[in-house]
Amino acid sequence: MSFGPHLFLALLEGTVTAFVLALIALGLSLVFGVMRIVNIAHGEFFMLGAVLAWSCSMLVGGGAFMGFAVALVVGPLIVGAMAVAADGLILRRINYQPESTIVATIGLLYIIQQLVLTLFGADARPVVPPIYFRVSFPWFGYSGYKLIVAGVSGLLLLGTWLAMSKTKLGLYMRATQQDQEMAQAFGVPVRRVYAKAFALGAMLAAVAGVLVVPIQQAHYLMGLDPLLLSFIVVIIGGLGSLKGTVVAAFVVGISDGVVSVFFSPTLAKIVATLLVAAVLVLRPGGLFGEEGS
Amino acid sequence: MSGRLTGKVLALHLGILGLLFIAQFVLPAYHHTNVARIMVLATYAVGYNILLGYTGLMSLGHAMFFAAGMYGAGLPIYYLQFGAVPAFCVGVLLSLVLAALFGLIALRTSGVSFLIVTMMFAQACYLALLYFNKITMGDQGFILSKSLESVSLGSFEFAFSDPAVKYNIALLLFAGSFLLSALLVGSPTGRVLIAVRENEERTGLLGYNTYKYKLLSLVISGGISGVAGAAYALLFSYVGASFASILYSIYPILWTLLGGTGTTTGPMIGTGIMFYLVDIASGLTSSYLFVVGAVLVMLILWFPKGIMGAVRTRWLPWLP
Amino acid sequence: MAAVDSLLETTALCKRFGGLHAVKDVDLSLTRGEIRAIIGPNGAGKTTLMNMISGRMSPTSGQVRFKGQDITGLKAWGRVFRGIVYTFQVTSIFKNLTCYENVALAAQRRLMGGVTNRLVLSERQIADRVQAALLQVGLSAAGDQRADTLPYGHQRLLEVAMALALDPELLILDEPLQGLAQEEISAFCDLLRTISQEVTVLLIEHNVSVVLELAEMITVMDSGEIIAEGSPAEIERHREVQKAYLGK
Repeated sequence: MSFGPHLFLALLEGTVTAFVLALIALGLSLVFGVMRIVNIAHGEFFMLGAVLAWSCSMLVGGGAFMGFAVALVVGPLIVGAMAVAADGLILRRINYQPESTIVATIGLLYIIQQLVLTLFGADARPVVPPIYFRVSFPWFGYSGYKLIVAGVSGLLLLGTWLAMSKTKLGLYMRATQQDQEMAQAFGVPVRRVYAKAFALGAMLAAVAGVLVVPIQQAHYLMGLDPLLLSFIVVIIGGLGSLKGTVVAAFVVGISDGVVSVFFSPTLAKIVATLLVAAVLVLRPGGLFGEEGS
Repeated sequence: MSGRLTGKVLALHLGILGLLFIAQFVLPAYHHTNVARIMVLATYAVGYNILLGYTGLMSLGHAMFFAAGMYGAGLPIYYLQFGAVPAFCVGVLLSLVLAALFGLIALRTSGVSFLIVTMMFAQACYLALLYFNKITMGDQGFILSKSLESVSLGSFEFAFSDPAVKYNIALLLFAGSFLLSALLVGSPTGRVLIAVRENEERTGLLGYNTYKYKLLSLVISGGISGVAGAAYALLFSYVGASFASILYSIYPILWTLLGGTGTTTGPMIGTGIMFYLVDIASGLTSSYLFVVGAVLVMLILWFPKGIMGAVRTRWLPWLP
Repeated sequence: MAAVDSLLETTALCKRFGGLHAVKDVDLSLTRGEIRAIIGPNGAGKTTLMNMISGRMSPTSGQVRFKGQDITGLKAWGRVFRGIVYTFQVTSIFKNLTCYENVALAAQRRLMGGVTNRLVLSERQIADRVQAALLQVGLSAAGDQRADTLPYGHQRLLEVAMALALDPELLILDEPLQGLAQEEISAFCDLLRTISQEVTVLLIEHNVSVVLELAEMITVMDSGEIIAEGSPAEIERHREVQKAYLGK
């Protein structure tokens, strides 16, 4: 394949990656923005979604589509419940203190990851896509399912935006993000908003996991790469900013796709991590904008 | 006047070292090697604790300093047939330089920003080691034992394969960093570091250039971590990128939290306990890293002071 | 404004925060050995002015000169080393450390000249200076106590002890009397008078009656500007001050 079509393929792959990454990063950004904490276990929620989707495909009869449909509903709900539990049992008890939360979520990462390893084993498990068709471009055929993933992700992003701007919970979350003390003074149930924000963030990651598992395979370590990437997206795109996160996801996703195809995925990651470090070092306000210049 | 290097404090530290020295004559072979390994890793923890426990800066990227020591010592031996002592010096020097450069860039940030910058930098170093795997052999790593038979001091020849040599070199290096940490903490400079941890702005308004002190702490911390990394390469003959991965940045946090941050004796105890916990767990299941997660969460929830921290609060307030 | 023995001079000192003009063109001149008080309503810019003199904030424009030298670009820690010591409005001591440790941190700063000093400085030398400072404020017995176990008034005294241990030439106190009981206030004023025999004192205070008694010169600020300056008697009679601040 000559350069042009190769680039087009890279762009397609990058776009699909970007949509999925936007979902995952949005979950992280929400937690950053509303709760002011860094959740290092975020990638594990993504992994759990994928693993649960595989389980559904094994346990639910009626073909790939049924299994997938069940997974799409059940997966995020289970992961959301786990997130609420983690918030109540751990995060609330340490009062969402920044450095303690990071250490605690690192612990949570290992707990979730290793439990999955015990229960599901170390092998990568494939899942059959619910819909299979090929889209024929003049130079290559492309998986139709991947385009559907992009489409569904887009819809979910839109839905989240609508929920944040039109619903009461969304209003509560935006208020808490802007000024927590003020929100509390106005009667916003901040603790409950925190739990719901954490759950919502986890569920977004889980949905992404369910969508992606027919393309990638389910594996207990698959949460680590998306964690790093969504970190990069959130820090570059601006914490808690929905639009910023989506834009950054596209920039990162597409350039990562292009660089990975033409150079090397490792090199792409090196550049990305150093870019994040540079943004943080040069940004005058610190991570949450409170540190003085 | 807690922490000053009084006779009592010195006696405690020398006593612990004495016990470790005697232990090599009574330990069975399996534990003998383990303790040697623990002492090298405890050196790493001691280095880490200077930055976290005494200066109050949490880093998620210290594996890059450990790995700088390891590769700085290992690569010259493997490719250039360096002797043990020169290679060790290269390793330590590399980690010191890396810590200084990193500090100059990253110390304008603090708190969570600093933590993420350390994580990103270390991740970049790890990925670079993988990217250049033609030289570094990446994750697979390389073995040094053929290139590194022994070290000679004067007319004495010490073979690295001899367990007694391993143990005593590890003990020597640990003793050096252990005593250095006690000396530092009890000194006026150590007082300033603790003040930075407690209230950085106030420390600045007492006339101290806190940036310079944080940089000093980072360089010492990185240097000691590099000593540990170089020692690990020399004594256990293996250099591999896994020691630059984020797990090896998480381990010192775990060890110092368990043992007690802000205590000189804590890191060693935390390292010892976790080493055996992981050792036992890995014999039982392949998901042994579960204990890492479980212990971290339990520490954060219920024992934030760690073992020696609790001991100090309840019984021994003079403990440094 | 060349004074006889001018310790500190600000020239056209300004601070803007976005649209807010907090300090406008302030020319302040302190003579060596005086006790100067700055009073004014809330939001007058007093603390901002102190912040610029102590180095916690950099000015938008203008100059600060100390002992004849331009220190406008000098960072806070450098100014402390030159002799400008600032104590906080909200007590900012090291709560988890003992009183001894608190003052020792200040005391050792003066003694830490060269590199070797930093590691092997004699604890004896530091201890002598600490005891002297604690004695002067009346806290000799509290050396081994944790700072946060002290009653509030004593914590303020600890702050002063720390400031004294730094051998200041200019001591800046930001609302030192706030939260003190009446007896504590008179004791504190006596302490300040004793200190001012060797140290120039600059304080912000809201307690006007104390200020009129304690200060040798008073500067009145409002809306970022100096509206009056003079002896306590002059200030009491000053019409603008009466309107703006004394509420007449």
